[in-house]
This record gives sequence, C-alpha cells and structure tokens, in this order.
Amino acid sequence: MTVLPQLEGSVGIHSSVRAENTYLAVVPAYNEQETVGRVIGSLHEHAPDFDVLVIDDGSTDTTREVGRAAGATVVRHPFNLGIGGAVQSGFVYASERGYDYMVQVDGDGQHCADQIPKLRREMETDRRVDMVCGSRFLTKEREYPAPVSRRTGIHIFAFMLSRIIGQRVSDPTSGFRLYNRRAIALFARDYPHDYPEVEAVLMVHHHRLRMTEVPVRMRERGGGVSSIGSGKSVYYMIKVLFAILIGLARARPVPEPGEEAPVAASQAL
Amino acid sequence: MDTRIQVIAIAGSGLLLLIVLELVRRKAFLERYALLWLLSGIVLLGLSIWQGVLEVVADLAGIVYPPNALFLVAFGFVLVLLLHFSLAVSRLSDQSKVLAQRLALVEQRLEETDRRARRGQRRVGTSSELDSLNEAPDLASPAARK
Repeated sequence: MTVLPQLEGSVGIHSSVRAENTYLAVVPAYNEQETVGRVIGSLHEHAPDFDVLVIDDGSTDTTREVGRAAGATVVRHPFNLGIGGAVQSGFVYASERGYDYMVQVDGDGQHCADQIPKLRREMETDRRVDMVCGSRFLTKEREYPAPVSRRTGIHIFAFMLSRIIGQRVSDPTSGFRLYNRRAIALFARDYPHDYPEVEAVLMVHHHRLRMTEVPVRMRERGGGVSSIGSGKSVYYMIKVLFAILIGLARARPVPEPGEEAPVAASQAL
Repeated sequence: MDTRIQVIAIAGSGLLLLIVLELVRRKAFLERYALLWLLSGIVLLGLSIWQGVLEVVADLAGIVYPPNALFLVAFGFVLVLLLHFSLAVSRLSDQSKVLAQRLALVEQRLEETDRRARRGQRRVGTSSELDSLNEAPDLASPAARK
C-alpha cells in the first residue's frame, strides 16, 4: 500500500493522520433481516459520521447479506453468542481500530438513529462522562409502549442501581448507549454474557467511570422476536438481581493505568 | 456389617477404580480430570475394605448404620466432581466465546484485506506508468535521504 501514497490520500481511504474524532455504530443483530437494512439506512441518514458495523450473531437468515447490501461492515459469529458476546465483539473491533466513540444501536429498529445526536451532544458537553445512556423514562411524553410487567422490572432495577451507585439511573436496561475510549477499552476486556446492560452500569461504577442519561424516544420493535420472551423474563429478573448482589460482594477491581485513583487510596496516610 | 454389602461396595468401588485407570491409560481423560476420580475411587475402595475406618467415620458423623457413611462419602465426592465440571464448562464456554469473537473479527479483517488488495491490483494495473514514476521519487524523498 505504500506504492501510491498520493493516490491513496486523494481517494479518501482512511489516512493515517486524523485530526477529527472517529465514530462507530455497532448494530448487534440475530435473525433481523426484516429490520437491519432499515436501521443501517437511518444510521447513514441521521448519523453520517458513524461507520456502521453489524455484528451478525450467528443468524440463520440473510442478516449478513442484507447488512452488506445496505453498506455496513459485517462481522459474523460462527454461532450464536447472545447479545453480550455480540456487543463485546463491537467493543473489541472499536478498540482495535482506535475509534474514539462507539454507539450501540439494536438491530430490531427500536432505537431511533435520529436520537444519536442527543447522546453525542451530551458526551461533548461533559468531557468527564464515559458512557451516555438513552433513557425511555426521562421524557415527559411517556410514549414508550411496554407491558406493565416489564416496566415494573425495569423500575426495580433502576431503584436498586440508583441506591448502589449513588446516582439516579432511570433506564438501566436500555442498550442505546454511547461510549468513549475508556468505556470501550473496559468493555472490550470484560462484558457480561447475557442481559448485560444492567451489569454494565455496575461495572462502569466499579471501575470509576462516569455515566449519564439523556431522554430519548424509542420505537416499538420493527419486527423479529425480542431476545427476552415472556418465559425468559423470570430468569432475566433473577439473573440480573443475582448479578447485582454478587457485584456488591465482588472485590473492587484494580484501577487501570490512567484511571482515577480509588478514594481510599488518596486518603491513606 | 453385612458381608453382602461389603462385597457389593468393594466390587463397585474396585470397578470404578479400574474403569478410571483404563480410561487414563487410553488417554481418554486428561490427568487433571482423572485425579479427582482416582482419589474418590481409592478412598471408597479403602473404606469398603477396612471396616474399622468406616465405623470410626460413621461414629464421628453420628450415623448408626456404617454403610450409610460410605454413601455419604460417595455423595460428597459426586458433589465435588459436579462442581469441578461446572467450573470447567464455564471456563470452556468463556474460551469458546472469545475464540468465536476472534475468529469473526479476523475473518472480517481478512475479507477487508482481500478486497483492498483486489482494488489495489486493479488500480496498479491501469496506472502502471504512474506506478513506475512513483517508485523513484519515493526513494529520493527527503525522509529517505536522511
């Protein structure tokens, strides 16, 4: 590739020196051929700065082909790893390619790409924030249509998490999130297996990163089947509650280089 | 203790031990997993041969009928083995997750490199004169001279 340096620059392949930030949109998709094309299209339309990466989590339909045709890069898992494994592939990709910011957008179309600028604005206004979550419950419009049982579950998690991390969290199960380099690096190393969102909030807290929420609109699912069926919701509740409680008993992780020192250490002696 | 029970216990634990040894000999087991099985087989065999030890164990645990102590010990081994397997399975599934992710990412990178190489070939093919012109100045660039 060193043969034609001038040409390469002019063609516009990523030049090695970049002044501007780079953005990646990760779309985890498992059998979402009906919706993933539209999701990618609206990302191109509303968030043109973002490179789009679809994680095809071992789909048995044409998710991969649809994603390619819509102009996204597709990473295909050889078998289904679940949402946690899929999103983590996105984190690894983002950290290997040195992206500055990564947004996670579900492949089922419930996250609206036109809300991404909101997340981004929040990240840019407060430089200390490492993760911005889109929350369904901060809007006054209250238009998010979810069954009462699910909303109750979410509110229980929200209450517990808010207590634990000492900061109001209204929608801990939302996967519509924007991460900066530090958060990307953390989750590329370690991300929960299944139903990861709630645990990820705890991890952010334990690793002394900062998160914040912004109100976003979400749509009803465009098609496909939710990863959380009615039969699984009991398992979901128990698993996440268990994870929260175990998380409390887990030893505080050693701060990584560049992270803020733990409070106890700075007060010692 | 009833000799029938003793015979059955010795036969059972002896068979277990033989099977484990045979499997290790055939290398069907990794030694790591065989050791726990070996240990449980040896202990069970020992307890069924030396009744005195079993009676002491039963007495300590407050078990009236000594052969029940044998079951207790066997059950303990089974639990430990199951725990051991759960650990192994967890580790394996974690490793296979990482492998699947690495495979997927490497595959994607390979496709990308292939595509870029093909595009590069085409471009070099159409501009071979440009190519030869560029080689020389590249070598003679200020950076190269230093």
